[in-house]
Amino acid sequence: MSVLTPILIVGMIGLLAGVMLAVASIVMAVPKDETAEALEEILPGANCGACGFSGCSGYAAAMSKGEARPGLCSPGGEEVARQCAELLGAGNVQVEYKTALVQCLGSTDNTTDRFDYEGIPSCSASALLTGSITGCRYGCMGMGDCTKVCDYGAITVCSGVAKVDPHKCKGCSKCVDICPKGIIKFVPLKSQAVVRCSNCDKGRDVLQACKIGCIGCKKCENTCEFGAVTVENNLARVDPEKCTACGKCAEVCPRHVITMLEV
Amino acid sequence: MTVEVIKGLVAIFLAAILTENYVLNKFLGICPFLGVSKKLNTAVGMSCAVTVVMVIATAVTWPLYTYLLVPNELDYLQTIVFILVIAALVQLLETILRKYMPPLYNSLGIYLPLITTNCAVLGVTMLVLEKGHGYVPALVNAFGSGVGFLVAMVLFAGVRERLEDCDIPETFRGLPITLVAASLVALSFLGFNGIVDGLL
Repeated sequence: MSVLTPILIVGMIGLLAGVMLAVASIVMAVPKDETAEALEEILPGANCGACGFSGCSGYAAAMSKGEARPGLCSPGGEEVARQCAELLGAGNVQVEYKTALVQCLGSTDNTTDRFDYEGIPSCSASALLTGSITGCRYGCMGMGDCTKVCDYGAITVCSGVAKVDPHKCKGCSKCVDICPKGIIKFVPLKSQAVVRCSNCDKGRDVLQACKIGCIGCKKCENTCEFGAVTVENNLARVDPEKCTACGKCAEVCPRHVITMLEV
Repeated sequence: MTVEVIKGLVAIFLAAILTENYVLNKFLGICPFLGVSKKLNTAVGMSCAVTVVMVIATAVTWPLYTYLLVPNELDYLQTIVFILVIAALVQLLETILRKYMPPLYNSLGIYLPLITTNCAVLGVTMLVLEKGHGYVPALVNAFGSGVGFLVAMVLFAGVRERLEDCDIPETFRGLPITLVAASLVALSFLGFNGIVDGLL
């Protein structure tokens, strides 16, 4: 009896707790969104944020509610988009691939450093301290904060300017967020003309700062037959929707700052 | 009589926060103290969850011990029964929160299940029995202990946020400087010794 009492009491307490939890879980069951869960299974689970939602679960929830369409997941690509569309019964969808693009060609050949920088080897630190090391205050710092933050090894810094490999880029926007100069932008991944300069100064100042900067001469704007190139704020911009990748703007550019993105 | 009772309760409450702080004086619940104190808002969330669990756990374990274990001479089962009860209560709390307070449930996240194994909660329920408090003083003590946990967490989160900006020697970076800072904060709490008796 004296052995049985503790066993009984502890057993009873355990049993009571178990029954209480079982009842509670049935009474207070939370209906789960099964579509969202199935969608999350399909998504890559990288939580990269390229779709614009907070991680894969956020995107899956938005898709199941009809607030987002499939095909925004660029790491997942066509396969994931097809599966999501199938699950939602949305038919075929076009995947929007994006790639980051460094809008600067200010390599050490094209600009000269204003001084020797010996501080912390990071773009952010040096931008805080000095504004800019190179002659151009808009240009790439070339210390590779973007290289360090890229999970896919898509960015290399070559002679003082970062370059993105469009085929390795998954469009996660980490580099866009970290660049202190804000010169990394997203463009749709398709053949098109791109302006690789971010300098908004007037032509004369650009000429002094960089051998290759955009001077806002408007030759590209006047040449383009499709109205895809405009010069705003002394800087040429290409509208990727309108660009047909004919290459004429790149031919006429006296500064060779418009280049063709080949995919 | 009633004034005496209230005075006693206030003394228990203040003692639980200042002189008998579970984290900084008894060194219980160090795991969340070091793990969750990096940011102020998570520290506050965790502390509130701990406070609620402490009070509910005491509300259940005290009568269980007094009216079930002691009459049957089973007080040696205290530890295992209390762990069982606390784990079940935390699970129940989680279920309730998920149903009725989803935002709070989402913001607490992993901290809620972690409280199951928080030794400060077990400590509060067990040590209060050693003192021989009645039911209401035990509850006040549990609430005070939770507030004391909150105070310790918030203070330490502030210290750690300041540490982030400091130029710390490389050998001390990370956990070493955190432990040094924790010991200094604990030392400062020793200064409260005797203050509660003086107040009343």
